Amino acid sequence: MSQHTPGGSVNATRVAPPPPAPRSYPAQKPTDVYLFGTCVLDLFYPDAGMDAIHLLEREGIHVHFPQGQTCCGQPAYTSGYTAEARAVARAQLDLFARDWPVVIPSGSCAGMFRHHYPDLFAGEPDTLKQVEALAGRTYELAEFLLEVCKVRFEDSGEPVKVALHTSCSARREMGTHLHGRALLAQLAQLEQVERVDHDHESECCGFGGTFSVRMPDIAGAMVRDKTAALKDSGAAEVVSADCGCLLNINGAFEKQYDRLRGEHLASFLLRRSGGRNTGGQS
Amino acid sequence: MNAPAPTQASTQPPSGATAATHAPAIPMTFKQRAHDAVHDKQLRKNFRGAMDFLMAKRAAQFPDGDEFERLRTFGNHVRARALSKLPELLERLETNLTRNGVKVHWAETVDEANAIVHDIVHAHEAKQVIKGKSMVSEEMEMNHYLEGHGVDCLESDMGEFIVQLGKEKPSHIIMPAIHLNAGQVASLFHDKLEVDYTEDVDRLIQIGRETLRRKFFEADIGVSGVNFAIAETGSLLLVENEGNGRMSTTVPPVHIAVTGIEKVVENLRDVVPLLSLLTRSATGQPITTYVNVISGPRKAEELDGPQEVHLVLLDNGRSQAFADSELRQTLNCIRCGACMNHCPVYTRIGGHAYGTVYPGPIGKIITPHMLGLEETKDLPSASSLCGACGEVCPVRIPIPAILRRLREENVRAPDEAPKYMRGQGSKYSRTEGMAWKGWRLLNTSPRLYRVFKLAATRLSALTPPKLGPWTEHHSAPKAAPRSLHELARDHLGED
Repeated sequence: MSQHTPGGSVNATRVAPPPPAPRSYPAQKPTDVYLFGTCVLDLFYPDAGMDAIHLLEREGIHVHFPQGQTCCGQPAYTSGYTAEARAVARAQLDLFARDWPVVIPSGSCAGMFRHHYPDLFAGEPDTLKQVEALAGRTYELAEFLLEVCKVRFEDSGEPVKVALHTSCSARREMGTHLHGRALLAQLAQLEQVERVDHDHESECCGFGGTFSVRMPDIAGAMVRDKTAALKDSGAAEVVSADCGCLLNINGAFEKQYDRLRGEHLASFLLRRSGGRNTGGQS
Repeated sequence: MNAPAPTQASTQPPSGATAATHAPAIPMTFKQRAHDAVHDKQLRKNFRGAMDFLMAKRAAQFPDGDEFERLRTFGNHVRARALSKLPELLERLETNLTRNGVKVHWAETVDEANAIVHDIVHAHEAKQVIKGKSMVSEEMEMNHYLEGHGVDCLESDMGEFIVQLGKEKPSHIIMPAIHLNAGQVASLFHDKLEVDYTEDVDRLIQIGRETLRRKFFEADIGVSGVNFAIAETGSLLLVENEGNGRMSTTVPPVHIAVTGIEKVVENLRDVVPLLSLLTRSATGQPITTYVNVISGPRKAEELDGPQEVHLVLLDNGRSQAFADSELRQTLNCIRCGACMNHCPVYTRIGGHAYGTVYPGPIGKIITPHMLGLEETKDLPSASSLCGACGEVCPVRIPIPAILRRLREENVRAPDEAPKYMRGQGSKYSRTEGMAWKGWRLLNTSPRLYRVFKLAATRLSALTPPKLGPWTEHHSAPKAAPRSLHELARDHLGED
């Protein structure tokens, strides 16, 4: 049974929580971080995960990747299988025991850790404490690089036009859509990388986890519009900081026999800023 | 509250598709209707254009994001306070309306509401009813009901007039005819009103108004909805842009207002932020052209206004939402329609595909209480949970969280206690439940997960080219040769 009424009786009236204040970030760059790799990235975009590790290491940070990690639990959570989601979430909690930041190269899994775990464990006061502490030190990769590591990238590649697709979770749950832009803007200082807008940029690509297989007609229409907008933008490259969106967008590009492919932001940043690239596009 | 539809050039020849293309007989399942809708190019174009127009209008009204957040938090608190004492406020509303000379009627179901309206109509031997815009009357299917009893109902809101003429239903709660472009309306008017074909929007509106004008004077009864029912003063507040709401509620000798029980607010002061949020969110207007506050029938010394005013307060499943603290937030809604204007699903399939009176995100979370989850089981799944609706909701209803909750109610065993909703477990499937249990086992056992991934990566070449619905629009995803776990272990060692 899930907890439907954290902090109140069943028929109490809920007031919306205060709008979140802008997040404050630690002043000091940590010596160690955890990386939560996410299940989609683990299986389909492992190189992007390695590129995230290289970016963090280049900042002098020691990266820890707990081998016991699996999935954040989101697929079951958004499908309404709350008990299953909670069990899988619980299996992750003890893996990140030290007081190090948890960096996640995905807005949606980071949003799960940061915003939905506290809901999932609202009925277990002891676990909730642990979960809230975890939520407090969970960062999406782009915001961590920019706000905590205070990276300064310099571009070393050929001129290129690039379109950025920001996941809905990064945009609306994590509030990190401007971080990806800011990182690309650093590369643009030498005017080699030009970020171009695409039509209806803030609109969902149609992935939505199980939504894309439960409602293939609607999701298909959404991803066709998204891929068309990306193609029409004039961009030669597409980047996104979420592998769910990339799986969706790239799968559609391939189905349409289009040459364009989305790349994870971590891979693009590393490649353009002179880093050793693990593999590039998957 | 209806503003004229945005002007859109028709791409259809005059003899082309008319409104009848999307005509009523709504058969099939939600998925089939959605399938048809996404393949209807004209429909897609009409909705995309109209939603872009409405989004831009709204955005221009909220240039300051901080002001918007403060105002909608305020709006949320006003609504939450009203709901926290709903029974008390409804009683106060009834007392004060009665004192003002308004007759108050209570209806638990739409059948009861229709019977109440019919009794009033019958008592006055009314033959013609003219209606201002009311989504609750759509909920009741009042037109259909009264016509079955020999009473003519005419919609006077321009959008409603158009859909009634085309024997359709509204496709949007604010803009009922938004699915049609000017050319389609021109064809409809040409066919049904026997006027010259014109795509001039001003001329079309003029034709509609001329047709309606005399009907106001012929009608025995006027019907309207209510935007806010104010308990403190016993007043009904109604916003609109065409003047038809004022005509419908003041010209005929009898006025019947119908509304849901959640529309009550405590006092006039509460209306100020809600009204500002409503009109700016709905049509991108700082205020509507007309704001009507009705506080009783014509008094002895007054020269106009109806002799009788009735209010029908309808429950129709709202009490079920009220009984649960999370679902209760659904009742915060002030019916602005911003959630549908910003919804990527609504934009793709339009309002009719939902097959419900209230389409879009708010429709997905309110309709299960009206019809039961068994009738609406696909609606909560028809969302990518992108969060656009929750981001713009002027009273901060957490629509994505409620959609997720309804999915949970959908897949719980039908006999599991406690029961929160009618139709609980309508998508319950033992097979799917087992699959998720398997998924849980895999993801709670690192060893099993490792074996699974070893198989998935090493046997990636065996990925079948067709993977159910996914490969309708995507190529089959192929697992990488080695997982991140393996690459990270090589690079970082065991952790």
